[in-house]
Amino acid sequence: MTTPTADVLIIGGGIMGASIAYHATAAGLSVTVLERGAIAGGTSSACEGNILVSDKGPGAELELALLSRRLWQRQAADLGAESFEFDAKEGVVVARHEAAATALRAFAAGQRDAGVEVQNMDLAGLLELEPNLARDVAGGAWYPQDAQVQPMLATARLLARARGRGGTVQGGTTVTGLIRDGERVTGVTTDSPTLPSITARWVVNAAGSWAADVAAMAGAPLPILPRRGFILVTEPLPVLIRHKVYTAEYVANVASGEASIQTSVVVEGTRSGTILIGASRERVGFDRTMNVEVLRRLAAQAIGVFPILAGVSLLRTYLGFRPYCPDHLPVIGEDPRAPGLIHAAGHEGAGIGLSAATGHLIAQVAAGITPDVDLSPFRPDRFGEVTA
Amino acid sequence: MSARRRAGESSVVTGLVAFTFDGRDLTAEPGQSIAAALLAAGIRSWRTTRVGGRPRGLFCGIGICFDCLVTVNGTASRRACLTEVGGGDRVEHQEGAGHADDAC
Repeated sequence: MTTPTADVLIIGGGIMGASIAYHATAAGLSVTVLERGAIAGGTSSACEGNILVSDKGPGAELELALLSRRLWQRQAADLGAESFEFDAKEGVVVARHEAAATALRAFAAGQRDAGVEVQNMDLAGLLELEPNLARDVAGGAWYPQDAQVQPMLATARLLARARGRGGTVQGGTTVTGLIRDGERVTGVTTDSPTLPSITARWVVNAAGSWAADVAAMAGAPLPILPRRGFILVTEPLPVLIRHKVYTAEYVANVASGEASIQTSVVVEGTRSGTILIGASRERVGFDRTMNVEVLRRLAAQAIGVFPILAGVSLLRTYLGFRPYCPDHLPVIGEDPRAPGLIHAAGHEGAGIGLSAATGHLIAQVAAGITPDVDLSPFRPDRFGEVTA
Repeated sequence: MSARRRAGESSVVTGLVAFTFDGRDLTAEPGQSIAAALLAAGIRSWRTTRVGGRPRGLFCGIGICFDCLVTVNGTASRRACLTEVGGGDRVEHQEGAGHADDAC
C-alpha cells in the first residue's frame, strides 16, 4: 500500500480545521482533515458562534478580528449566508454603573482609532436599540460589526466546500503519532486501518482545547489549557432581544487569569427563537460536572439586564471548553521547534470569529505567500520553556 | 386512587377544583395536571406551532418535550403536563411561543 500524501494535513475537524481546509483548497492545495470524534464535536458545538470585534482592545487580536469579519462576509456570500445562519446582528455593550460606563467610553475610543465601528450610547439610544433593556443603565456602546453564525453549520459548510474542491475529510480517526524526518514533521500515523499513515508537506494542529496534546507529540509543548464556560438556553420566544448584548465586565473577565469562577452576562436571541445566556469562565480542567451556582448567577445577571427574562423558562444548558493561552492570544504559525508543523489553536472564546483570518493566513503560509497579518505576536515559541 | 369521574357530571361533586379554559368552565381532580384535566374534558390540543400553526397538545407527558405549552393566568408557556390545576385558574390556549405582547 502506498502512503497517501497531501499538501496540508489538518488535525481537528472543528471550525478551525474547516476554515483552514476551505482557504487552503481555495489556494489550490490538496488537503486532508482528520477528526478523532465527530465533525465540530468539540468546542465548535459548545459555544455561541460569536464573530466579535467589540470585546477586543487595540492590538494583534483585534487586527485578526477585523480581517475575520471581512472574510466572514465573503464566506457568507460564497456559501450562502442562510446556510449557516450568518447574522450581522450587531453588538450592544451595556454598563450598569457610571465607573464602567467611563471605562467603556475610553475602551471604545481606543478601538475607534484602531478601525472599529463603535458609537457611544445613552439610555435613550440603548432603549431604541433594545426596548426590553433594564432602565437602570449608566451607558453603553453600539458595535455594528458584531455578528454571529451557527457554528456547527458553518463548520459543515466550509468542509463541504473544501471537499468539493478535492479535499478529504475523515472523522472517527485519531492521530497516534507524528512522522519525522530529522527535526521536520512530515506526516502522521493514525488508528485507521484504511489510512494508517499519511505524509504531508504541512501538518496543522487545529485540535482546539486538546491542541497541547498534539504539540506534546511533537516535543514542542504549548501552554493551551481549557477554560469551562456554561450557556443557558431559553424556550423559543418571539424577538425580545435584537442584538448581542453583554455587560462591560465581560472584556475584563476574558482578559483575566483568575482561576475562580467569573461570570459576566452575554445575552442574545438566535434564529430558532431561543435566547442564549452566557458566559462563565472556570479553570477546572476538562471537568464536565454541572455547576448550579454558575447557572444561577448567569440567570440572575441576565434578568438584571433584561427584566423580561424573569418570566421565561430555560430549556437546557450546555458547557464547552475554551482553549486559552496565558497571554490570551492564539497560537498561529509554524513551530520552529518542529519545522513542518503549523499550529492554529488557543483562540479561547473567539475561535469561531477568528477562524476566518486564521484559515486565510495559514493557507498563505502553506502556499509560501507572506501572510497579510504579522504572525509574530502569535508565534508558538513565545512562551519560553513550558512543561506540558 | 379516586374513582374516575367524567368532567360534565363532576362539577357539583365536592372536592373538585374549578378552572376555566378559554372562558369555558371546567373542573379537575385535586392535584390533577392541566393536561390531564383538559384531556378528561375531551380537549386534545391547546397550542399551535410557531412556524406552521399546527395543533399541539400532550406528547411526552413528563416535562421534556415542551409540546403541551399553555398560558396560565396570563403567564405564557407553562407545561400543561407538569402544572397542577389551581382553583380559579384562567387557562388559555397559546399561539406559537406566546409572549407576543413583549415582542419588539
